[in-house]
Amino acid sequence: MKMDVNRLSWLIAGEAGYGIMTAGQNFAKAMVLGGLNIFTHVEYPSLIRGGHNAFAVRVEEDEVRCPIQMYNLIVALNKETIDRHKNFLTHGGGIIFDPDKITLNDGEVRADVRIYKVPTTQIIKETTDAIPVMNNSVTLGASMAVLNYDFELLAESIKGTYSKKKKANNMIDINIEVAKKGYDYIKNNYPNDFNVKLEKRTKKKKMMIIGNQAIALGAIKAGCKFLSAYPMTPATSVMNYFVSKEEEAGVVMKQADDEIAAINMALGASYAGVRAMTSTSGGGLALMAETASLVGMSEIPLVIVNVQRPGPATGLPTRTGQADLKFVMNIGHGDFPRIVITPGDVQECFYETFNAFNLADKYQLPVFVVSDKCLAVSIRSIPEFDTKYMKIDRGCLLTDEEANNLYDYKRFLITDSGVSPRAIPGQNAIFRSSSDEHNEHGEIHEEQDNRVSMEDKRFRKLDTALKDIPLPKLYGPENADMTIVGWGSTKGVVLEAMEYLKKDGITANFLHFTYMFPFHADWVSEFLSKCKMVVDVEGNKTAQLAGVIREFTGFKIEKKVLKYNGRTFFPSEVYDDLKRAYHG
Amino acid sequence: MVEMKDLSTGTYVPDWCPGCGNFLILNALKKAVVQLKLNPKDVVVVSGIGCSSKLPQWINVFGYHGVHGRGLPVGTGIKLANKKLHVIVIGGDGDVFGEGMNHFIHALRKNINITLLVHDNQIYGLTKGQTSPTSMTGDRSTSSPRGNAFDPINPIALAVAQKTPYIARTFAGDLKHMTNIFADAISFKGFSFVNIFQSCVTWNKHNTNQWFKERVYDLQAEGYKADNIEKAFKKALEGYEKIPIGVFYKEERPLFEDEHPILKKTPLVKQKLEIDIKRFMEELV
Ligand SMILES: Cc1ncc(C[n+]2csc(CCOP(=O)(O)OP(=O)(O)O)c2C)c(N)n1
Ligand SMILES: [Mg+2]
Repeated sequence: MKMDVNRLSWLIAGEAGYGIMTAGQNFAKAMVLGGLNIFTHVEYPSLIRGGHNAFAVRVEEDEVRCPIQMYNLIVALNKETIDRHKNFLTHGGGIIFDPDKITLNDGEVRADVRIYKVPTTQIIKETTDAIPVMNNSVTLGASMAVLNYDFELLAESIKGTYSKKKKANNMIDINIEVAKKGYDYIKNNYPNDFNVKLEKRTKKKKMMIIGNQAIALGAIKAGCKFLSAYPMTPATSVMNYFVSKEEEAGVVMKQADDEIAAINMALGASYAGVRAMTSTSGGGLALMAETASLVGMSEIPLVIVNVQRPGPATGLPTRTGQADLKFVMNIGHGDFPRIVITPGDVQECFYETFNAFNLADKYQLPVFVVSDKCLAVSIRSIPEFDTKYMKIDRGCLLTDEEANNLYDYKRFLITDSGVSPRAIPGQNAIFRSSSDEHNEHGEIHEEQDNRVSMEDKRFRKLDTALKDIPLPKLYGPENADMTIVGWGSTKGVVLEAMEYLKKDGITANFLHFTYMFPFHADWVSEFLSKCKMVVDVEGNKTAQLAGVIREFTGFKIEKKVLKYNGRTFFPSEVYDDLKRAYHG
Repeated sequence: MVEMKDLSTGTYVPDWCPGCGNFLILNALKKAVVQLKLNPKDVVVVSGIGCSSKLPQWINVFGYHGVHGRGLPVGTGIKLANKKLHVIVIGGDGDVFGEGMNHFIHALRKNINITLLVHDNQIYGLTKGQTSPTSMTGDRSTSSPRGNAFDPINPIALAVAQKTPYIARTFAGDLKHMTNIFADAISFKGFSFVNIFQSCVTWNKHNTNQWFKERVYDLQAEGYKADNIEKAFKKALEGYEKIPIGVFYKEERPLFEDEHPILKKTPLVKQKLEIDIKRFMEELV
């Protein structure tokens, strides 16, 4: 039988409220502590107790870019888990469960599936009368034994988790004790012949980080001092992380009355000279639309994060999708310039959020950073960010001294670049700002000529910004049988699917639109016109990116791989669909 | 030292209807700024949309004229970014009690040191005379040809219910009273709310200057002390027969920005931008 080393897809699932998330994180941490790499994937419905929760951890020796659909080992906390996931077990895969809780009839799972019955309830009862949540620690111990992994790494992981919580000490000991019992139970009762083994490596330890933390950290690094937001899944962990760093980083998170207040507070803070941000998901962003337009009109730098979830309306609050692209590209009434950034992975969430602040300051406009649930909550192990070359650039924000030396200050001075020197309250450069059309001084002005000059001035900022904004990133060879276009979180999945295609002798390259707008129309148009075959991959019903490309270049993409069931793309699916597109 | 002429915007002058109460309100605000010797560069007047909300255009301090109903959150953001600034939020009855009501209620319970001045002319002026949240029951308007079916909002009572640190009412027909109340509200250390009864010469034919003059009486002249919330509530409910003006309630309490571990230090805008995130990254390892 084929044996895999350090290549695993593990799942723990059951009813919500069983500490599944903590267990999954502990498992992932144990992997990372052993020098391995992980990518986690979470699925849960929008409720607090009950419903099916699943936490998957993909483990590899090298960095992992996306989740996969199949599992080698499943920890089933209830029967539903087995019913739902058994068809996604690899050949010779295993299921760990408590025989006191689940009875499995003959023939319910395939014959090749290994069954590990671990009397979790009994083990807990023998050890302690404390809370049954610790069931998970037993199954984690059992998982380590099945996978032949170093138990001490799990113990260390559990220690880390509980030392952060209160009443720590005896919790740590008991959890480790029951985990060890789970471990020993497997070692004593089952042969050591599972077809995946894990071996620790002595690589440099990695960070475990989710997209939302990376966005918040990128903002902190950029000198963002003020975040105002209103809770909304899956954006909430941006504000949670930011507020957790308030005192250490010297930043302020203000939970707002609603999203309209959130964006207006952030706008106010930025107007007063502080780098500011707001974060939300689609419905909240919809409420911000009017003010987004105001930000454009009053030329205020502002970073607006939209962590997408599938709509319309409340949609699928805890699931994933990419259907807000056109909304963000067009949000707000009237014409005003904006920048749209669509990071593809955790690293880009960090670096591009940082850049978003520089761009906002340099061009004095709203900059949208668009992510999604998959990117937002998936933990990935990566090296620490390289911050050496990161430089804060506040554009033409006036210093106090410059402000002192002004004569007849015009906040909205008409310039070739479209950008005007910016003063802030408190400086010797009093000016007025109006959401009405205004003249260079910021005074309300409705004459036609002024109106045209001002619209032109504001839009010149986009021409200037376009020179400053990277081209779409090309992955793979310059020339290929197939060119894939995509944006945002599909990056990792597409890159992996390309590797599968390569094995079939199909060369593919991938154009990832990390910066979406302003749009490099000439470059994209020329590039696509030279491609043999173009396939659009994205997570929505209407192929929004294909629409955007057509709008700016006239190039029509016929072949599309679209997924809009609220779940993330898996590389195997993308591979199958791309192959079909290639032959079809 | 700041003088009235420093606050003038020169040839750029208000476009309100002749006789509009907004002229006197603007005048009173300038006088208050002079009286308090505020440095114009440290004053920000923020507003939403409406005739009244155009006020920041015509006083030579920093002015931000945003969108309808959203002056308060903008002002809040400005204050939190730079607590050294004097932030004055301006709005109409439609702006603050209609479109921006959510922000109003929340501002009442957050003790952030800004001043809210509401030009309450009981009508939507700029949109040409529709019923507003404070229009009186039965009053006809372009949007209520059969008369307003609902009772008006009582903003003072709402503020009292929230135990807002500073609650006052004044009247645009009395420049002196207005000036004193504005100065008192701006210098008050805490959130201050001033409702200004104001006539609209063009659209509100009921609540005219004369109508108010016949009804208003000065609370403080009667010896009313603004230190008891129950008494304030009684006064707030007095209705329209006799209309109390003056300070209803005043109580200094700890400010949000003085209690907050970060805000209580140097103003945010002065804090250093470069932050070493090494330890945050290590925490994730
Ligand atoms: C979102 C939005 N809705 C509606 C309007 C139209 N509008 C402009 S001013 C106004 C009402 C103004 O009334 P008020 O705040 O009392 O100010 P006044 O003109 O009476 O001083 C309305 C409804 C708008 N500008 N924006
Ligand atoms: Mg009004």
